Amino acid sequence: MSPARHNSGLMARIPLPALATATLALVTTALCFVFFVAPNDADQGFSQRIFYFHVSIAFTAYACFIGGAWKALRYLWKRDPSADLESYVGVHQGVIFGSLVLLTGSIWAKISWGHWWLWSENQLVLFLVLFLFYCAYFMLRYSLDDGPQRANLCAVYALFGVVLIPVSFLAIRLAQRFIHPVVFTSHGPNFHGWILVTYCISQAAMFVLAYTLYRVELAGKRLDRRLRDLRRAYA
Amino acid sequence: MNYVADIRALTRKDLLLEVRARDTLPAMLVFVVAIFVVFHFALPAHSSALAARGLLWVAIMFTALLALGRAFVPEREQRVLDALVLAPSDRSAIWIAKTLATLAFLVAVEIVAVPLFALFFHGVDGATIAAFALADIGICGVGTFVGAMAVATRARDLLLPLLFLPLAIPIVIGGVGASVVSAPGRYLAFLALYDLLFAVVCWAAFEYVVTE
Repeated sequence: MSPARHNSGLMARIPLPALATATLALVTTALCFVFFVAPNDADQGFSQRIFYFHVSIAFTAYACFIGGAWKALRYLWKRDPSADLESYVGVHQGVIFGSLVLLTGSIWAKISWGHWWLWSENQLVLFLVLFLFYCAYFMLRYSLDDGPQRANLCAVYALFGVVLIPVSFLAIRLAQRFIHPVVFTSHGPNFHGWILVTYCISQAAMFVLAYTLYRVELAGKRLDRRLRDLRRAYA
Repeated sequence: MNYVADIRALTRKDLLLEVRARDTLPAMLVFVVAIFVVFHFALPAHSSALAARGLLWVAIMFTALLALGRAFVPEREQRVLDALVLAPSDRSAIWIAKTLATLAFLVAVEIVAVPLFALFFHGVDGATIAAFALADIGICGVGTFVGAMAVATRARDLLLPLLFLPLAIPIVIGGVGASVVSAPGRYLAFLALYDLLFAVVCWAAFEYVVTE
């Protein structure tokens, strides 16, 4: 079975080398823009440039989680067996990017406010909750034998994730009122010109990077599975 | 009508099992008292009533975990779950019945624990009671659902708190918020929203948890 037959989407037909080249070009362009084109922030100076990575990585992580949940829904709905693996790989990429959000957010918090962790930063707290939630996803997956039951339970749990994201977002905003009455604002309203262009390029670079990593991991996992099937058939 | 009768029969089975075996409820009661004693020594002298109220929520959450961990044990040991899945009824009835039975245990524990908390620490207000009523539905509904997931895995008891606590963080935020602020309406509304949202998801998805 060729990988192209698994998912017939337009994106899935782009060959991996082309994707990798596009990723390299976009990430390089994004780095050039972030370091040489975007103006220094009036408030926070040079260090504010981490914003371009932090925010675009955060949106990429959301996209991965939503993609993983979409594939999970497809599995439950259409009983498409390849959707289970796709959902898992999507969630895996989401967790990798989610950890990067925690890391970059922590660095930014240290530089801006002098603390490695701030409970008043909604985005960081939300990602911590999601990180815990999706860590449990992996434990659930590795605690079950390969088969339809594992695919079912993982798909249902991945779907819970997309319900949890808005609910937790709302809850953490509500918690601000009794835990931290003071809300920090990280950037002003001046979101235009080169800042916007740089942000859009870094966002595109992160999306393409995530998609390439997703495809690479998926190809590897499928190869593993085929090899296992062949071994089993041979034995 | 048949659906309601199924739920009633399944709930009755769980409650009857508890009345005869007394596995879960006494353990929960002893546990919640033990936690209060631990909290007394964990809270420094002259700490605020607000901190104690937050800890009441922690106590209830962990006590609920105890019941949720036990919820599907009889089904697993006697392989009743296979029979229930084969029975000609909607699978979501299994989830609703188990949620109702767990809810009954949790409410029974709270009827003892909340006055005891008032005796040991500070009294609680009406908003906290209302928040408990709403939070219990969420805790039992979502908890039973992930309990059914955890029981299918090899790690079982180890996995349940890991699956459940990230999902329960919004409940804690809503509950503690309603207990500590002067205008709790917003938090109670949030808890009701949580219950509604997750009840719909659990009800629709439970079929996939128990079948292959």
